Amino acid sequence: MSAPVPYVLEAEDLRRVYRRGPEEIAAVDGVTLRIAKGAFVSIVGPSGSGKTTLINVLGCLDNPTSGRLALEGRTVFEKCRGLSESKLTRVRREVFGYIFQKFYLVPTLTVRENVVLPFTFYEKPGAGADVDRLLAQLGLDKRAEHLPGQLSGGEMQRVAIARALVNRPSILLADEPTGNLDTARSDEIGRILGDLNAREGLTVLLVTHNPKLAALAHRTIELVDGRIRAA
Amino acid sequence: MKKISILQVAYKSLLRKKTRSALTVLGIAMAAWVLVSLFGFNRGYESSLNKDIDNLGFQMLVVAKGCPYEAATLMLKGGTGLKYMSESIAASVAAEPEVDAVTPMLMQVVFDPNKGESGGLAAFLGVDPATYPRLKSALPFQAGGWFREPEAAEAVFGYEVAELEQREVGDLYLIPEKEVEVKVVGILQRTGTQDDGTIFLPLGTVQKVFGVSELTSIGIKVRKDADMKAFEDKMYKLPDVQVVSLTQVKTTIMTLVSTARVMVFSIAVIAILIAMMGVVNTVLMSVMERRQEIGILKSMGAMAGDVFKLVWLETIILCGAGGLVGTGLALITARLTDLLVRRLLPYSPSGGLVSIDAGLVAVTLGVVTAIGLASGVYPSWKAARMRPLDTIRSEEES
Repeated sequence: MSAPVPYVLEAEDLRRVYRRGPEEIAAVDGVTLRIAKGAFVSIVGPSGSGKTTLINVLGCLDNPTSGRLALEGRTVFEKCRGLSESKLTRVRREVFGYIFQKFYLVPTLTVRENVVLPFTFYEKPGAGADVDRLLAQLGLDKRAEHLPGQLSGGEMQRVAIARALVNRPSILLADEPTGNLDTARSDEIGRILGDLNAREGLTVLLVTHNPKLAALAHRTIELVDGRIRAA
Repeated sequence: MKKISILQVAYKSLLRKKTRSALTVLGIAMAAWVLVSLFGFNRGYESSLNKDIDNLGFQMLVVAKGCPYEAATLMLKGGTGLKYMSESIAASVAAEPEVDAVTPMLMQVVFDPNKGESGGLAAFLGVDPATYPRLKSALPFQAGGWFREPEAAEAVFGYEVAELEQREVGDLYLIPEKEVEVKVVGILQRTGTQDDGTIFLPLGTVQKVFGVSELTSIGIKVRKDADMKAFEDKMYKLPDVQVVSLTQVKTTIMTLVSTARVMVFSIAVIAILIAMMGVVNTVLMSVMERRQEIGILKSMGAMAGDVFKLVWLETIILCGAGGLVGTGLALITARLTDLLVRRLLPYSPSGGLVSIDAGLVAVTLGVVTAIGLASGVYPSWKAARMRPLDTIRSEEES
């Protein structure tokens, strides 16, 4: 008998419904998926297909309307009971690191200060020891005392990645991380995400319009009208 | 690994809009400046007034009937054109059981053509050598001492008169219009009061030289165990004279000062309210501009309380810095405020008018910090309530 697959994320029949007057719009409509630890998954689909809503729900930035969501084997959402904002925050800081199209670095903090900023609010035991290694791994060790305004777009996104990883998350959620970058910088970020997945075993969930970036993933999920077309 | 504290994050957040933060600090500083100067003035004025009154040596003054303001002016600044009263009143007052000592005085003023460029008034105060020096024991001498004989041709010069007339102890002085020469036997140190501009002569000498046998005022020192209120009531019943107690003088002056103080205090309150609105506006604007960044902080593990604390700290830093700058300004400009107030007020005591001490600085900083705490509640609450979903993703919807 084989050992059960260690899924870090399991979603069953997830729905997220918005009301616009009398009309109900299902932005995510019955999504079921399982993501194994160490997987690199990309989510693609046309604009309005529900990618953002899905990643919001999977990343605990929002509550689903119904369905079940389990993270690291622990059910965080079931039936129709949404979590409070403070509970969502607790789940987020334990499980996820986030990077977005915009970098959202604090302009008056140095690279190092931006990277350790999450520790101001929450620090996983032992996470602080990784900072220098992380900066070196992302090629930021020589830029550690620079301000974001002195960095290129690619470097700023690398700082955002370091900040997302500093608390050792189980899953890195990357939402259009190359949307603001040119081709060369996009490739560089793609390579970094691939390396982190391959060498560190980091689970990466990537939303992108960039087919070259999506192709780096082991598995691609295509979303159309809030439903998964192919997995 | 060196972490960055929430205080450092708050401070550095304020640095991103330096001009806006600086202007907000300046607004708070102005309010703090007004507050410190106002309360410093209140303390300084009252303390200097008390000192001046204590230096008078007597607690009550009896003058011929006239306006009470003139009487107060006579006591504190010297005066002219006052009416006279009989010398017998001094004897009857001295007979009262509450009285420790009385000192009769006669003031005379003459025109001195040699004073200044076009002449000026010279004030002579005839005092009793037996009682006045005892009551005015606080008066410091630069040289010499009091005359001893009731009709001696001797004078004691106030500091400014001695400087103006270029007289030293042992010199002679000719009383203008009267052609009478007196010998300078003492020169007072500068007191900052009307005494500086007065020439003191024995009472008998003034009466003889000016041909006046009456008095302009009587100073009364009341016994320590006496019922001051009852004695004042008794004195008020004396005919043809007016009794001015120092408590009354102080009350009159402090009432005038209090009126001005209420007006300035109202202005200070308005300044504080405007500064508060400025702080609320600045911090709220900063919060709205950083919505996405606040969303990121929450996504990385900041709880609502952390965000509230961060924004609240920003407000407190602004107000604390404003308080420190304002207090510093008040300390630096205290002398200037003193000079300005002296020009504006009809009467100012001789000591420092603005008294700022550590206690006042602490109270002001406390008030300004409290303003910061109050001003920061709404923007902090607003920031704490933001959901990352509504902020980070708002412009990234696909």
